[in-house]
Amino acid sequence: MIVRILGEAQYDVPEDQRGTLDDLDKTLVKAVEADDEPGFTSALQALAAEVRRVGTTLPDDAFIPSELVVPFADASLDETKRLLADAAPSDEG
Amino acid sequence: MSVMKRLSGIVQAKTNKLLDKAEDPRESLDLSYQKQLESLQKVRRSVADVTTAKKRIELQANQLQQSADKLQQQAKAALGQGNEDLAREALARRAALAEQLTDLKTQHDQVAGQEVKLVDTAQRLQSQVDSFRTKKETMKATYTAAEAQTKIGEAVSGISESMSDAGMSMQRAQDKIDGMQARAGAMDELLSSGALTNLTAPVDDIQAELDKVSKTDTVDTELAALKAEIGASGPAGELGAATPAASPETPAS
Repeated sequence: MIVRILGEAQYDVPEDQRGTLDDLDKTLVKAVEADDEPGFTSALQALAAEVRRVGTTLPDDAFIPSELVVPFADASLDETKRLLADAAPSDEG
Repeated sequence: MSVMKRLSGIVQAKTNKLLDKAEDPRESLDLSYQKQLESLQKVRRSVADVTTAKKRIELQANQLQQSADKLQQQAKAALGQGNEDLAREALARRAALAEQLTDLKTQHDQVAGQEVKLVDTAQRLQSQVDSFRTKKETMKATYTAAEAQTKIGEAVSGISESMSDAGMSMQRAQDKIDGMQARAGAMDELLSSGALTNLTAPVDDIQAELDKVSKTDTVDTELAALKAEIGASGPAGELGAATPAASPETPAS
């Protein structure tokens, strides 16, 4: 699956890593919901680091849409919340 | 709710706004390329904005540093004159400036960080523009109409997503410099209006005090010299012998 880290790059991540990424994502969600800034920072960095570790950077001439998107890896909790509230996608296309 | 999925939806929504629904998928390749070029221009302009903002902070920091250095010297001079209160005042003002300087340094680091990232974004975009320029022609030439529909659609989405990312990165940098510009503007105003001179103008108060002390010293010295002179050549009838030692030295001035 293709994962983008905002402001950084796109990565091709093996399908069998989905579970690990999901778990890290859940930790991130909890930190966002709890308004836990330090928890958020470490969860976001762990998620970004894992994507970089298990994924292969896509070359610049690979024009492929991403399935998952990781926030800017150095973003603050506040900034990410604003980003997520930006345009909560509705199911209507 | 997954953060990554939600964000992916948001990026897609932004990306869809960039997409042109061209009748002929091949045409959408050219449209995307045009957008890519525009996007690259915007990122480059944004880099220039960030650099300007950074330089402005550097200028302000230099001004503040000079004022702080001056206060430090004045504190030393005041102590030399034995005026501890004045020295204390100068150091207190210097401490207030140091606080402002620390704040400016933090802002400077943030803006410098954004600059580095935007330069990266511009380079990535440039490289994508270069490879897409040739790739789109190959795609036009090799795909059948049926293939074109899906493959070109995917490529165009991929390109547009990169542009969305670049757009978000620019917005991010812009937000940072907007906040900083407002503060820099306020500080410039303070500097020019003389209100911040509440911090730096007291420098003049302190200098005036220092000057006053040294003037008083000079006046006292000269007065003593004059007294000595008068004592030497004055009517000897009064206290003629009172200052005999002073009389031969006085014409030195």
